[in-house]
Amino acid sequence: MNPIWAVALKEFQDGVRNRWFISITCIFALLAIGLSYYGSVASGQITPPSLSTTIASLSSLSVFIIPLIALLLCYDSFVGEQESGTLLLLLTYPVSHTQLLLGKFIGQGSIITLATIIGFGSAAILLGFSTNFASVLPAFALFILTASLLGLSFVGLAYIISLSVTEKSKAAGMALILWLFFVLIFDLGLLAILIGIEDGVTQQGLVQLMLFNPADLFRLINLAALDSGDVNGVLAVAINSDYSVSSLLLMMLAWVVSPLLFALFIFSKKSI
Amino acid sequence: MNENIILLEQVNKNYQQLAALQNINLKLAAGEVLGLFGHNGAGKTTMMKLILGIVKAGSGKVSVFGVDPQNKKAWSSRKKIGYLPENVSFYDQLTGFEVLTYFARLKSADKKQVPQLLEKVGLSFAENRPVKTYSKGMRQRLGLAQAFLGDPKLLLLDEPTVGLDPTATKEFYNSVDQLKSNGASIILCSHILPGIEQHIDRAMILSGGKSVALGTLSTLRNIAQLPVLIKTQGIDDALQQNKNLAGFMIDQNHLQVPESEKINVIRELMSFKKLTDLQVETPTLAQIYQYFLGNNKIDTKQEKPL
Repeated sequence: MNPIWAVALKEFQDGVRNRWFISITCIFALLAIGLSYYGSVASGQITPPSLSTTIASLSSLSVFIIPLIALLLCYDSFVGEQESGTLLLLLTYPVSHTQLLLGKFIGQGSIITLATIIGFGSAAILLGFSTNFASVLPAFALFILTASLLGLSFVGLAYIISLSVTEKSKAAGMALILWLFFVLIFDLGLLAILIGIEDGVTQQGLVQLMLFNPADLFRLINLAALDSGDVNGVLAVAINSDYSVSSLLLMMLAWVVSPLLFALFIFSKKSI
Repeated sequence: MNENIILLEQVNKNYQQLAALQNINLKLAAGEVLGLFGHNGAGKTTMMKLILGIVKAGSGKVSVFGVDPQNKKAWSSRKKIGYLPENVSFYDQLTGFEVLTYFARLKSADKKQVPQLLEKVGLSFAENRPVKTYSKGMRQRLGLAQAFLGDPKLLLLDEPTVGLDPTATKEFYNSVDQLKSNGASIILCSHILPGIEQHIDRAMILSGGKSVALGTLSTLRNIAQLPVLIKTQGIDDALQQNKNLAGFMIDQNHLQVPESEKINVIRELMSFKKLTDLQVETPTLAQIYQYFLGNNKIDTKQEKPL
């Protein structure tokens, strides 16, 4: 067996064994089903919300939860093995740094991707039965695709953390800070620029700044595909940009690949 | 292919200010067992890591199976190397069987080996229990099984007998002898000196990153010139009167004799009719070790504590 698959299989089995897989899937399914049926209650309506409202609220919640889950799942991926000494042992095996990193990424990435597909997919099917599949499926397909990419990009970011520190607790702390930065501080900063500095950034400039944050990219793609009436905040300004969905998707893909490449670079320089 | 499995020439390795290894020369032939000894921080583990290709030598030549272990070409030879790290702690949530299966996959070893090796190290009874329930000795045995995976032609074992009970230790040395007769080269690194002597061909003693002794045990014995201790029984009075023997006496029934005089002294002793018992103690590995380390005390003091 190719070592990449051996590592990937082990990581995947680990994820299933310690109940990560089942709990992530359940969280996603509950979130999606709950929001699609009862999402409008908060705004005082009893009728089921429109599809775009559902996707909008799902995106706003997922943007917090998915990065957190990915970071929690993967922050100890390398530092944990380093602490227990198995990383040293693995490197004496006929396994290259690249194979080990890719194997872990494929294994843990499939946990997140599969959980996203099954969790949100089940909600999409339920919603499809009560409304019509023709409109639900494309919207959810894009949502699931971007949610997976968001998860994968934070897996890569978690590997960077896991490879740059030598203690598990430090990795956990850094993961938390990274999460806070991308989902909260970054946007607060953008808002501050918008409000505080008159003509500080153009609309185009704002969108360009958002490309530096995978979480914002995720929201941008999903909200741009909706009726803009359901969207407010910084994003409302940004979604009327002239970036096409496919080019934004490519940017997200870059956010998956580049952290991985950087992690590999750190790994190759790391002394065990 | 080179007949030397391992070849180290003038190897140096520094960690920042600390000279971990200085001017190490070593040749290890196929089927040879080398005992690697030294105090904590003497550079034993660093030397193993150099041979494994995990760290790069600062200067000098490292060659394992005829290639530099840092080289990409060394990949294929890694399947022939078994390594037992000093602190083994495996994936706690997996069972012993699963851990070994994982490592077998990574090494492309035959899966049939997994139950066989678990049987060999005496872990079959616990193969379906999670590793977190294992005792220190059981983890050590799992580590050994892992090192024996594939058909290793070179084994690097860091403290292999730590935590093993006497039976398991004996079985471990049996495995070492068996692997050696199959042509495997082995480097044994150990603090537990008694019992290791008859299983090693040569010994290397490291101190402060320098090789202070390298050779067969009898060579080292000759260099050290350590005396042989002879205990007699029943002839206490006669000993003092014998001119040839009185000079060697350190106690009324103890003689300290240089190796070269050993046979003459024993002949002399045998001529006493009243002699009821005779014990000859040749210097142990532990004494040789102490001798070579004692000679280098100045060096070790200069070394910074880790």
